[in-house]
Formats: sequence, structure tokens, C-alpha cells
Amino acid sequence: MLSMASAQAAYQLNMTESVTPIGRQLYGLHMLVFGICVVIGVGVFGVMAWSIFHHRKSKGAVPADFHESTKVEVAWTVVPLLILIGIAIPATGTLIELEDAKTDAEITLQVTGIQWKWKYTYVDEGISFVSNLAQSSRDVMKDPTGNENYLLEVDNPIVLPVNKKIRFLFHADDVIHAWWVPELAVKQDAIPGFINDSWAIIEEPGVYRGQCAELCGKDHGFMPIVVNAVSEAEYQEWVAGMQAEAAAAASAATQEWSMADLVERGETVYQANCSACHGPTGAGIPGAFPAITGSSIVLDADPAAHIDIVVNGKAGTAMAAFKNQLNDIDIAAALTYQRNGLGNSVGDTIQPSTIAAAR
Amino acid sequence: MSTEIAHETAHDEHHDHGPAKGLMRWVTTTNHKDIGTLYLWLSFIMLLYGGAMAMVIRLELFQPGLQWVEPHFFNQMTTMHGLVMVFGAIMPAFVGLANWLLPMMIGAPDMALPRMNNWSFWILPFAFAMLASTTFMEGGAPAFGWTFYAPLSTTFAPASTDFFIFAVHLMGISSVMGSINIIATILNMRAPGMTLMKMPLFVWTWLITAYLLIAVMPVLAGAVTMMLTDRHFGTSFFDAAGGGDPVMFQHIFWFFGHPEVYIMILPAFGVISAIIPTFARKPLFGYSSMVYASASIAILSFMVWAHHMFTTGMPVAGELYFMYATILISVPTGVKVFNWVTTMWKGSMTFETPMLFALGFIVMFTIGGFSGLMLGVAPVDTQYHDTYFVVAHFHYVLVTGALYSIIAAFYYWVPKWTGHMYDERLGKIHFWWSTIAVNVLFFPQHFVGLAGMPRRIPDYALQFAEFNQISSIGGFAFGLAQVFFLYIVIKTIRGGEKATDRVWEGATGLEFEQLPSPPPYHSFNEPPPVK
Repeated sequence: MLSMASAQAAYQLNMTESVTPIGRQLYGLHMLVFGICVVIGVGVFGVMAWSIFHHRKSKGAVPADFHESTKVEVAWTVVPLLILIGIAIPATGTLIELEDAKTDAEITLQVTGIQWKWKYTYVDEGISFVSNLAQSSRDVMKDPTGNENYLLEVDNPIVLPVNKKIRFLFHADDVIHAWWVPELAVKQDAIPGFINDSWAIIEEPGVYRGQCAELCGKDHGFMPIVVNAVSEAEYQEWVAGMQAEAAAAASAATQEWSMADLVERGETVYQANCSACHGPTGAGIPGAFPAITGSSIVLDADPAAHIDIVVNGKAGTAMAAFKNQLNDIDIAAALTYQRNGLGNSVGDTIQPSTIAAAR
Repeated sequence: MSTEIAHETAHDEHHDHGPAKGLMRWVTTTNHKDIGTLYLWLSFIMLLYGGAMAMVIRLELFQPGLQWVEPHFFNQMTTMHGLVMVFGAIMPAFVGLANWLLPMMIGAPDMALPRMNNWSFWILPFAFAMLASTTFMEGGAPAFGWTFYAPLSTTFAPASTDFFIFAVHLMGISSVMGSINIIATILNMRAPGMTLMKMPLFVWTWLITAYLLIAVMPVLAGAVTMMLTDRHFGTSFFDAAGGGDPVMFQHIFWFFGHPEVYIMILPAFGVISAIIPTFARKPLFGYSSMVYASASIAILSFMVWAHHMFTTGMPVAGELYFMYATILISVPTGVKVFNWVTTMWKGSMTFETPMLFALGFIVMFTIGGFSGLMLGVAPVDTQYHDTYFVVAHFHYVLVTGALYSIIAAFYYWVPKWTGHMYDERLGKIHFWWSTIAVNVLFFPQHFVGLAGMPRRIPDYALQFAEFNQISSIGGFAFGLAQVFFLYIVIKTIRGGEKATDRVWEGATGLEFEQLPSPPPYHSFNEPPPVK
């Protein structure tokens, strides 16, 4: 069922080992407390088992009648207290270190939780993109057997350099999400209206996968995270490539696009960004999410209202403002596809330049 | 206390009255035994209803991929399963036990406020009917988890959420009325000579639990009311865009929610403290330390709520405080476990079904306690939080903890209530079947949680497939075992070997020593002598 290439094995029993120094500390603390629990458990259950075996009526045991002993009771109050202090001391140090994201941070990555995808902004590099569940996972949900990294693959992974302190800043556009990558030992809530932070120094290159950990609605289980940790040189190359791509997209957005090109691109954009709520065929979910097919807003010959709701969202509902997530071309393509696909046929195109003006 | 007064006003006019006939007996009853029975049946129905939803969850998680239900419906199932089990199965079961047992344990003729007792029960079927009806509404039932974090439960919630809010209000009113009744009964209606420090621990733990309920149910009512006004009346308590704070919702919820956890386990401690001495034929070890430990746990339970929120970005000083306070709870909890084990030590034990469930409770509740200690260590909790490790933890505490104590209590007291012994062979089968199944069900969830499986997901990555399949098989077996339990319950009520008045060789307490099996409809019209 599982490919040999997968980073994690089936029947994994223990916590995933981390590739960050703080994550290794957490793992050590986990094993310490677990070990203490095992020792106490063996003691308590051992006494219990001995008693169950020997002090039974069928073996002729006669009940004693002692029912208190101040000495014993004080002992088993004080000894656990001392054990707890033994746990609290290392835990305190680790916690203080874990919470210090600011000191010496070299790269700042802003993470925005959105129903149901992640948006990443490299604050100093000026790179920003949205990361969705990969189509390869969406295609096999009826039977994912043999699909490597099922539900743990995205269209746009993040790339980060190894051996640099990365500071993550978290917030959310709609509901509370939580960004979790076990091997990075980072799990932090992304909360609308607030900014949280966390940090990691990734010591080994590799691909690290995670998921949203806070129930955030229908597709909570379908917003994975993929971190591609690479050498500093590869990272710089990737940054330059992303910046060039963004510049090319900006120039393409000023051109006139044909209906066929917009619809073709729009279908991909729609399936990645809109279909979770409005359905792959545009039918929506009655009572929860409106249909696109036959929608009065979409069918209106004047596209202004349609553009407005997609660009600016609808306050008080789950409809997000896509100006924060998608570029002009993608929004124009998605709108054109909605108007001329999914059973609708308005017949007009929406150009990227119109979207740029509507922002 | 004023036990003499209670005695003088004992219902002379009701003397030797049997129950009324027909359905109206149950609608209008003010008899503590009838109301106890109603509560217990409601909780059993809710257990099967919540269990059926758990079966849907385990069915969908049986293998990777989406085979049976849509994610939106899956979320409705996890939400309703949690709400129904907490508010519908566990809490009413303990109130049912309290109704049946408290008056008989303290030598009182009935509860202090019998009419209110009727009300606090009869609110509940309406509350749960309202909650259950949301499943059939457009947009579906609440799908935001039983913890209903804002803004998922406010701005982004289905229309049926308003029915959920009013159902929670009704449950809260019922709980508060029930608690007032319990406190009034225990403090005012004890037989002469039944001093506080002579009360059975079940009475003590319920007295403490009732205070917890009165303290926190209004907080829950406040939380859902703020949700309601955020949804419909333009307030922004939990909406950052209007100056509110979504994290404040979690603080308010868990200020209710953490004591709620102890509301569901303290009466269980009382049950276990009754059963272990009976079958060890030896008095409970450390009675007074048990009382103090229960009170300490209750007080600490108000001071640890934010340990559910270690990933919300609290200041580090707050996290340190909540970590220290949380792991401190393991001290009084440990005292209880040590006392039970020492009660067994050098006893003369037999292993009838109630004892088996009580022993199962001690072992598996302690396992839940260990994972609780691990979760309390804040830095590592950031990795356990919201994973199946947490799911495993609270099911060990609530299923093999609270539910096991309720089942143990049933087997222990049902011969007293009905005058019939249950079938010992079937009881033992029920125990072993349940215990094997429940561990197959929940133990592997520790592993998938540690390996990285988040909770509340309808589908998962392939490396979690094996353990989820095992877990689902355990789940189906455990569910079936409780249907078997239903058969045992009905069989015992309808007949069985005649129980003696003492029922168990080692049983102590007024209900076993002073009343026949079954007890008369109105018991202790004259207060019994208390040694």
C-alpha cells in the first residue's frame, strides 16, 4: 500500500523525529515524560496485578482491615510532586526557547490560512503564492491506493534554505487554521485578526509534509503543506526564478486574452480554488454554498457584480476576497470560465486589465 | 443540618403508595427512582445514537479515500457525536445514578425538590430532539466540532446553529436545576447521624460535581448567547474585524469545558470507590484523603483551562503557568489511584462483573491519565495538540473511564433496583468483549496521532491506513458489545435470580443494609439508624 520512497513508514509507533534542533528537544522531552509514565505504570499495575493474583477469596485470602496511613499517604503525595518538578524544569527551558521566534531570524515567511489552502508570502523577497491540494490527490479520492503522498501533495510547495533561522508569521483570512509540519516541530494556530509566530532551523535538506491541524470547515482534511528544504544556492536560484515568473505574469496581465485561453486556464483555476464550495460542476451545496450554474449574479450581462463578489468577497459569509489570493489573469480566467462553462453561456470575456482596475 | 425537619415533613399522605399506572406515571412523576430510571434510559438511547454516529465515522475512516460520506457530513457526525455523548449520554447517566442512589445512600425519602426534578429531566428529550433535528435541515447539522470554535461556529456556520444554541441552553437549565436539587438534598436531607465525613464517596463526589455544574453551565450559556448575538444582532464578540477576539471564545469555552471534564469523571470516582471495597471485602483506604483529593481536583479544574490552547499564541508566561497548574492535577488524581490499589491490597477479592469493570476503569483511566500528563507538558503539547493522540487520550478517560464506571454502577446496583441478579456469565462476556474491543479501537490512535494524523479529518494519508483499519474493527466490535449490553439490561429488568437485600457479601451503605431488594417505591419515610 505504501511506496518505499515515503518518508514515513506504516505502523509507525512513536512521534516523528524532527530535523530541527528545537524539535529534537521536544522529542527528548516527549521520551522523558513517556518513560516516567511507563515506570510509574509498571509499578502501579504491577502492585495491582500481584494483589489480584494473590489476594483473592478463592485462594483463601482473609481481608486485612487497615484503611489509612498518614505516612504512606504523605509519601505518595510528595514523591509525585518531586517527579513533576523534575519534568517541569527541562520543560520550562524548552518552552521559553520554543517561543522565541524573533531572535536572529534570517528569513520571514508569512503564512495565511484560507478555507482551504495556504497562502505564502516571502516578506523580504517579494514572493507570494497560494498552495492548494494537488490535483493528483483530488483525482483519486474514491480509491487512493498506491497514490504516493495522497493528501500530502500540493501544487506549489514552499522552498526554504537549510541551516537558517526561519521565522513564520501566521494569520488567517476567514476561520482559525493551524499550520503543522511534524518534522519541523512547528504547529501554530493561524487566527483571523491576529498574528502568531514560530520558528525553525532546518538542518537536513528534504521534503517535509504536514497538514492543517485545526478544524476549519468542510475541507479541513484537504489543505496540506509541503516544505522543500534545499541548500542556500538552490534557494537563491528558486527565489530568482519566482521573481522572474511574477514579472512575466505582470506583463501578460496587460495583454488582451482570447476566450479559449481564458476558459482553458479558468477551468484549472476554478477546480483548484472554487470547486471545494461551489462544486466541480458548479452545483454548490444547497443551504451552505450557492450554485454557479444558473446563478443570477453570473448570468447578469453586466459583469460588475460578478467581478465584485469574486475580487472583494462577501462579508459575513465564507466567500473570500480573491484579490488577496490570485493574480489578475487567474481571476479573469476563473470569471470567464464561470460565465461560459459549468452550464452557463453568457458569451463575454473578462480581461485581466478589468480585474486590475477593479482592485 | 436540618435532617429532623426533613423527617417531620416526610410524605405521610404518600405512605405505601405505589406508582401511578400508565404512561402518565412517567410524565408526571416526582419520584426519585422513576426519574432516575428516565435519566438512565435517555442516556442509553443517547449512547446508542451517539454510537451510531461513531460507527459512521469509523466506517468512513476504515480505509483511505472518500467512500461513504461527504466531508461536510463527516464533520456533522464528529460534532454531533461529541455533543450527544457528552451532554446526552455521560452527564444524564450520572444524574440518573444520583437520582436513584443519593436519597437511598443518605437515608432521605426522596430528592429535596421533586417537582423541579421532573422538570430537569423532561427538558432534556426536547433539547435533544431539537439538536437531532438539525441533521435534516438545509445546510446540515452543526459541523464545527463539539468545541464549536468561533468564527467557524458564527459567521461560517449553517443556519441550524441557532437550534444548537437553544438546545445547549435547555441542557444547561436542566443541569443547573438538577444540581441545585442534588446540593439541597445532600445538605438538608441526610438521616440523623449521617455526618458529612460519613457520607459515601459517591455522595461526596456528586456534591462537588453539582457545585462545578452550577459554576460553569452559566458560562457555557454565556458563550452560546454571545454566538447568537454575533450571528444575528450585529455584535462582534468573536469577530476580529469588529474589534472582537476569536481566541476569547476559546477562553470562555474552556473555562466551562475543563471543569466539564471533571463533571464527567468525579462521580465515576465515587462509583469506583464504592465497588472496590465491596469486592475486596475491605474498607476504602484513605477515605478522608479521597474527599480532599476530589475537592482539590475540582478547585484545580477551574485554573487550568488554557492548556487546551497552547498553540493559540498565548504569552510564554501564561503557557508556563497553565503547564504547571495542569501537571499538578496528576497529584490528587494519583492519590485516588494509589488509594484504590491499596484498598485491594491484602483484601479478599472476588471478580463479579461490577468489579471487572471497576478494575478495567482503574487500569485504562490511568492510561488516559498518563497521556494527560504528557499533554500537559506545554512544549510537547504543541506536537500532540489536535491529533489522534488527543482523541485517544480523552476516549480512554471518557469511555474506559466515565462510561466504564457507569456500566460498573449498573451491574453493581441493578440487583438492588430491580430485585433481580443480572446474568453473571453474560456480564463477564460483556466485560471482556468490550475491553478487548475498546483497546483495539483506541490504543492504535495514540500511534497515528504521534505519527502525524490530525483529528477531525474525513480522509487521511496512506501511512495511517493500517492502524485506522484496526481501530475501525475495534470500533464496530465495541459498538456491537453495547447492543449486547442493551439485551442484558432488558433481560435483567424482566427477570432473573432473586437478589438478596445485601446483594453482595461485602456491600456496605444504607441502600444495601437498610432496604430490601427492590426497595419500596417510597423508601426511608422514617430515617434509618446510621452507625
